[in-house]
Amino acid sequence: MSTNPVSIKKAAAAALVAALGVTTLAACGTEDVREAAGKSGAPAPKTVTLVSHDSFNASKEVLAEFTKQTGFTVKVLKSGDAGEAVNKEILTKGSPQGDVFFGVDNTLLSRALDNGIFVPYAAKGLDRVPAEYQLDKEQRVTPIDSGDICVNYDKKYFADKKLAPPVTFDDLAKPAYRNLLVVENPERSSPGLGFLLGTAAKYGDEGWQDYWTKLKANGVKTVDSWELAYNQEFSGSAGGKQAKGDRPLVVSYASSPPVEVLYGEPQPKVAPTGVSTGTCFRQTEFAGLLNGAKNPEGGKALIDFLISKKFQEDMPLQMFVNPVAKDAALPELFTKHGVVVAKPETMAPEKIAEKRDPWIQQWSSLVLK
Amino acid sequence: MAVPVAFFALFFAWPVASIVERGLRVDGVWQFGRFGETLSRPEILDVLWFTLWQALASTGLTLLIALPGAYVFARFEFRGKGLLRAVVTVPFVMPTVMVGTAFLALVGRGGLLDELWGVRLDTTVWAILIAHVFFNYAVVVRTVGGLWAQLDPRQEEAARVLGASRWKAWRTVTLPALAPSVAAAALMVFLFTASSFAVVQILGGSTYSTLETEIYRQTVVRFDLTTAAVLTMVQFVAVGVVLAVHARTVRRRETALRMVAPEEAARRPRGVGQWALFAAVLLSVALLIVLPLGVLVERSFATSHGYGLDYYRALQTPDPSGTFLVPLLDTIGNSLRYAVVATLIALVIGGLAAAALTLPRSRLRSRGGTPTAGRLVRGFDALLMLPLGVSAVTVGFGFLITLDEPPFDLRASWILVPLAQALVGVPFVVRTMLPVLRAVDERLREAAAVLGASPWRAWREVDLPLVRRALLIAAGFAFAVSLGEFGATVFIARPDSPTLPVAVARLLGRPGELNYGQAMALSTILMVVCAVSLLLLERLRTDRTSGEF
Repeated sequence: MSTNPVSIKKAAAAALVAALGVTTLAACGTEDVREAAGKSGAPAPKTVTLVSHDSFNASKEVLAEFTKQTGFTVKVLKSGDAGEAVNKEILTKGSPQGDVFFGVDNTLLSRALDNGIFVPYAAKGLDRVPAEYQLDKEQRVTPIDSGDICVNYDKKYFADKKLAPPVTFDDLAKPAYRNLLVVENPERSSPGLGFLLGTAAKYGDEGWQDYWTKLKANGVKTVDSWELAYNQEFSGSAGGKQAKGDRPLVVSYASSPPVEVLYGEPQPKVAPTGVSTGTCFRQTEFAGLLNGAKNPEGGKALIDFLISKKFQEDMPLQMFVNPVAKDAALPELFTKHGVVVAKPETMAPEKIAEKRDPWIQQWSSLVLK
Repeated sequence: MAVPVAFFALFFAWPVASIVERGLRVDGVWQFGRFGETLSRPEILDVLWFTLWQALASTGLTLLIALPGAYVFARFEFRGKGLLRAVVTVPFVMPTVMVGTAFLALVGRGGLLDELWGVRLDTTVWAILIAHVFFNYAVVVRTVGGLWAQLDPRQEEAARVLGASRWKAWRTVTLPALAPSVAAAALMVFLFTASSFAVVQILGGSTYSTLETEIYRQTVVRFDLTTAAVLTMVQFVAVGVVLAVHARTVRRRETALRMVAPEEAARRPRGVGQWALFAAVLLSVALLIVLPLGVLVERSFATSHGYGLDYYRALQTPDPSGTFLVPLLDTIGNSLRYAVVATLIALVIGGLAAAALTLPRSRLRSRGGTPTAGRLVRGFDALLMLPLGVSAVTVGFGFLITLDEPPFDLRASWILVPLAQALVGVPFVVRTMLPVLRAVDERLREAAAVLGASPWRAWREVDLPLVRRALLIAAGFAFAVSLGEFGATVFIARPDSPTLPVAVARLLGRPGELNYGQAMALSTILMVVCAVSLLLLERLRTDRTSGEF
């Protein structure tokens, strides 16, 4: 490898004009792909690029409101799942893909901060966000939303069996719930990791292994992804019903029941699933101004906007998470079908960064072998 | 040759080399010691061994099941042949997530096998192997069948007249002629299955991992770029060895062939034996391909209150939460546009490469030839195949750290998606066109030259008519690959104009009946779009050029 990548790049550039010629020629007919993403017509207004994970969503009107307020247009770049998206930012540190990154959560926060991908910025309106969410004292990241990873249960199954659904971590290890729970592999799935961290927070650094030994003896099943757990194994989902899923307990989110209502066909009066509120782990997602952003002014304005009342109230129905700003009201869907998780388990990001790999390894040899 | 070389240097070699360097050189010190350390870890050795044997087994099984299929498609004339050929290609574009779902419905709990015989194959290696056959059936049928259909059957008949048994005639006349394309198909299937990702993850559970899933794990989950780089190098060496072996076996076999229009060679099945073969192939297609696809179609209509079109109707109406910035039906348009661009790029790059790989050889031969140049050309031939065997995550991450400065600051551009798709499409174009191009009798070109035709004119008048069919097959492949391409596409940051497979993955990632149902409905639409596009592509072939050769 050369020690001078720039000159190599230039040399490559000269040699490759031909190749690019071909590709741009081929591309002429499809200019509208680009236009579908941005606005067509008129000279392009200044854009600010938001890099995020695949689950990011915001409604058009809300993004248009941002443009109206600030003159900046938001371009959204989806960069894979949360872990992958953060790794990509670390890899491109100093020459980032965009201006703002949204979607680093408490399980990834230390990795992101230690690698210096963000620069400090104190967002306007931060006083409306409770201090418990503000995990970085240097304000390199701003909390945007929070959600809880919890066990969900199939209401119909427990009603038919005249069995009370489990509430706490302890319940899950009881014989009454033998062979009912499906979880995700914490190495490959973020709800799986959240659930493992929840048990570690609950039973302590040395106690969670015993708990999982009990869970294993009680017939816990592990699959690789949330999709497989929820759509294949869980008896309470549409996919699970078709696939004859036989697990009425699944690790999912506290927001899953309202979402089941929203996407019911037709929408049911009550959610078909419920939440075991004593099995929850709190996830908080942050946004930060990227080190080396081309449009830092636009980036700062965007972060201000992400914690504005307008965006915070749009978020729940877009990404199925809770707002962090105190003045943001929850939509009716959430207040009616959601649950309040009074005491979720939590863990400091530094501790997660330190323990994550050894714990996952211990978990694998304990549960998978 | 300059264009394809430049294309590969910029969009493949440079990104991959950069990411490997990033992993292997930490703080300016090369970490070669990590090779020995990584490669002596027992779990890594397990991964390597499993990758190798499952790929070999998958390739063998695919050839075993698909070669009779190739014969039937090449030699028999029957109603609905075009449609069936399109159907067997559909698996190729299916998002692997959906295929996993379909196979679980067949071989998993409560699946067909379970209901009938109480057999469950999920989380066994059989599920992985069968799914690999499902995916790669079309590779064999199209690559081998394309050439087989144009072989002059009279040569085999002549051998029979001269007293050879049917088996001997086939073995001594047809098989040697087919060998290069069989080898090409086997090579592609091997590379595909060796780098299989989603199939292994979904059907294998947490038990099995291949080199590809391990590289993903090291890069994305553990962010251990050094280990990932070591594994990438191993992948490179392995793929290099496979390509070298392939090149060696093929080189001796390629000869000029007598070719006829496929319409002349194909006829209706005759006799018990042929009908039995025909029926067996149809049955295997029905069981292996139609049935899994059928499961998805069935589920796209199965609502909680009986069968209906609810999910399809929901696709046209805005999402209740307005979550997708574009209506879901628009994703079809996005996918088609990307696929068309990717196909064009793949055809231009792959076509030029294939032409370059054929032409110098003839020129070399007339000048007495230099072995170095010949080796160079063969090396280039192998280089073009590398993207099939190298991890998509490596390429995707490589793009990020190389294409970040003008004039190649493409990271945020939509063009990166079709470019990455074309990278996978090019090898198909080259592989389908090369055997046919090389089989063109050199004397035809020489005759044209003697008669005063310029090289371009000779190519247009001699090669083009002969390869038109291969060109269309290649285009079909490139199109299908880009339509369903998911691996590379997900590792590239995309502006928010999701392709159909990406939208399906997103729908499956959320709770709710409507999301699940719409994912099934979109997949069904993807199947139909793919089948219709391939049928249309075949229709292009209707101008009769058969009288000319």
